[in-house]
Amino acid sequence: MKNFSSLIDGLVFMPARNGKIRLLADFFATTPDPDRGWALAALTESLVFHEAKPAAIRQLVAARVDPELFALSYDYVGDLAETVALIWPERPERANSLPPSLTEVVETLRAAKRGQVMGLVEGWLDTLDSSGRFALLKLITGSLRVGVSARLAKTALAEWGKVDLGDLEECWHGLTPPYADLFAWLEGKSDRPAAGKGAGFRPLMLSHPLEEEDMAGLDPADYAAEWKWDGIRVQLAARGGERRIYSRTGDDVSGAFPDIADHMTFDAVLDGELLVARDEGEIAPFNDLQQRLNRKTVTAAMLKEFPAWVRLYDILFDGEEDLRSLPFTERRARLERWHDAVRPRRMDLSPLVPFEGWEALKGLREGSRENSIEGLMLKRKDSVYVAGRPKGPWFKWKRGALTLDTVLMYAQRGHGKRSSYYSDFTFGVWRGEELVPVGKAYFGFTDAELVELDRWVRNRTTRRYGPVREVEPGLVLEVAFDSVHPSNRHKSGLAMRFPRVHRIRWDKPAADADRLETLQAMVVG
Amino acid sequence: MKVCPEGLYVEPGGFYVDPLRPVERAVVTHGHSDHARPGHAHVLATAGTLAIMRQRLGEGAGAATQTLDYGEAIRIGDVTVRLVPAGHVLGSAQVVLEHEGTRVVVSGDYKRRFDRTCAPFEPVPCDVFITEATFGLPVFRHPPDLGEIDKLLHSLSIFPERSHVVGAYALGKCQRVISLLRAAGYDRPIYLHGALEPICKLYEGFGVPLGELRPATVAAKEELKGALVLAPPGAVADRWARRLTDPVVAMASGWMRVRQRARQRGVELPLVISDHADWDELTQTLDEVAAPEVWVTHGREEALVHHATQRGIRARALALVGFEEEEGA
Repeated sequence: MKNFSSLIDGLVFMPARNGKIRLLADFFATTPDPDRGWALAALTESLVFHEAKPAAIRQLVAARVDPELFALSYDYVGDLAETVALIWPERPERANSLPPSLTEVVETLRAAKRGQVMGLVEGWLDTLDSSGRFALLKLITGSLRVGVSARLAKTALAEWGKVDLGDLEECWHGLTPPYADLFAWLEGKSDRPAAGKGAGFRPLMLSHPLEEEDMAGLDPADYAAEWKWDGIRVQLAARGGERRIYSRTGDDVSGAFPDIADHMTFDAVLDGELLVARDEGEIAPFNDLQQRLNRKTVTAAMLKEFPAWVRLYDILFDGEEDLRSLPFTERRARLERWHDAVRPRRMDLSPLVPFEGWEALKGLREGSRENSIEGLMLKRKDSVYVAGRPKGPWFKWKRGALTLDTVLMYAQRGHGKRSSYYSDFTFGVWRGEELVPVGKAYFGFTDAELVELDRWVRNRTTRRYGPVREVEPGLVLEVAFDSVHPSNRHKSGLAMRFPRVHRIRWDKPAADADRLETLQAMVVG
Repeated sequence: MKVCPEGLYVEPGGFYVDPLRPVERAVVTHGHSDHARPGHAHVLATAGTLAIMRQRLGEGAGAATQTLDYGEAIRIGDVTVRLVPAGHVLGSAQVVLEHEGTRVVVSGDYKRRFDRTCAPFEPVPCDVFITEATFGLPVFRHPPDLGEIDKLLHSLSIFPERSHVVGAYALGKCQRVISLLRAAGYDRPIYLHGALEPICKLYEGFGVPLGELRPATVAAKEELKGALVLAPPGAVADRWARRLTDPVVAMASGWMRVRQRARQRGVELPLVISDHADWDELTQTLDEVAAPEVWVTHGREEALVHHATQRGIRARALALVGFEEEEGA
């Protein structure tokens, strides 16, 4: 555990991407199998065992530490694993028992029944030092959050093993922890492991936001346009009897969307937008889709009320055939042909938007106030499908944001890097003489502005509720958002989509902020 | 004894302890700027504290100053006043107040662990103990100092070509870190940011040996490769640090115990070295002074008040404003 917890500590403190790669490469070079393989699995979130719920960890610590002192500490530190790691009372007999290795921890957990997990964790917490406790807690709650994506870990592996990253990505899906065959290849002791045949995740192709100045240099004839649907980007992978729905980052969300998975009776890998659609293809607002997100399973009532739909953008594999190296127009033709032949239920094609020149397209974009449309996508007609976010082939062109002058009402401390700052802001607008909250935002300002905002909150606090402070109504935040919908989440009955702080109006008196009626008038559909 | 906008007022003596605004009579616990403020008419403090105040405040140190040695008693109005070592920085003192058979101790800032640069804290049993609580949460447990110094020396051995710049508060922390390095056997010259030099000289004048110190000037750029450099916390990531080649940024502070705090500061090598009592030292001190009543002046007072109340002590938070949560603590 020692090497692993030092790695975690090092990564936490290392801000630079290249520094992280060096730390990882050094770790892989100096840590033996299978420890390094389990560490890699933890970093890439490929470990499967009964995860510990935060509530169970709180219960463990409640038996050792006064709950009030724990609550105050947690509020200050802002991270459960770190709070527990620091506050866990060390017993003098710790010196007599050996802390476990990472392999021992992982193998024991994989073999353990759900009911045994917390007992094991408690025993380990007693033998580890505070760094070890932190690493263990991060590990068992299923997310390390050390600023290392799966991709960065693979990049470090490729650099250390002096192999091509694409080569590594291709075989990655056929591999299982603790990856002895992978390390053997990277150390030059064997050939590359075979590429996976199953329904593994293929990295998505992403786009850059289109800037006005970009347009001058682009020829409209080179690009195809389609709507950018306001849902969740997904990859549908149905290969050799396996069916998987992946999020943009490769998380498997199949379990939450059986109403799509049930209809994946084909053999293909597709790229599309997950939406909620009642009737055939009538897209519901994003708010409805939100009811279906972040759930491991789904109830029959939800399936009925918020039925899922996928609007298809692209095709990566048709059967065994890899189409990614074809240009966009050819892939599009293949997609249309495939769709005609297969006719999968609960799916349709995202139509291309014909246009004559940028000005005309701009008009189309501004004219689209439909809830389900976020803007436009521009794809170069000759673009091959590549992983990541290359600049040039694909652009997203979101429609202009709506803005509203709101009044800051509550502020909450952030988590992680912002744990000592009041950085999550709830804002409201006037309804008669009172303010009603309409949304929450925690970005859109610079670090320097955050320092100012934090100071303002501390000086103008009127009441405290745990980590939340109520402030006097004296600061106007101009908030930008993509759209607004009816919602029962806020007292105002409205919810904003993508709210962010657009400008801090230090100059504007709170009484001059907008009224609820103004926001109500912005609701569409 | 009462809390006024000027600070803690000792009514039967007609004086304040560590007042925030200029007053007629002040007793000052130690030389940090949030406790030793300028412009008082009369100031009573230890020789160390007065020397620090004179160096930092010049004329502002007080129209009239009076030295009181540790342990010596003096009568002010109806109150007997003694200063007892607090172990925080050179000259730091607790203020022991006796009036009509009641004894009140104002701790000022303090710590309990061994520090060669100042006299060690002495617990004084009392009726009311007025304590700080900078690190008043059980997540704050400072590890042994020399282990932290080892981390620094280990990093120097792995990266011998990189300067190691340690952010350390100018008064107290800087000299403590140097003294710990010397105790660990580091005998090479240590380089200082200009703001740290005067206080180091003052410490040496009070008989605290710090070994060979050199100014970290721009001219010394070559020399600074692989060297240990101390600078105020604000300077380590500022333009000043451009004279250093690919520095490892370290910070010596009790706050470094919390990872996210260290990360926010862009610290690569956090060193948990503090001049304030950690949670265990705070609670140990409450036990030792055995006061039935505890007032908490500044810091994370809620948790300490809760802890004391659980132990049957009458405790309350004074919520004194004006004491800064300095990042070098």
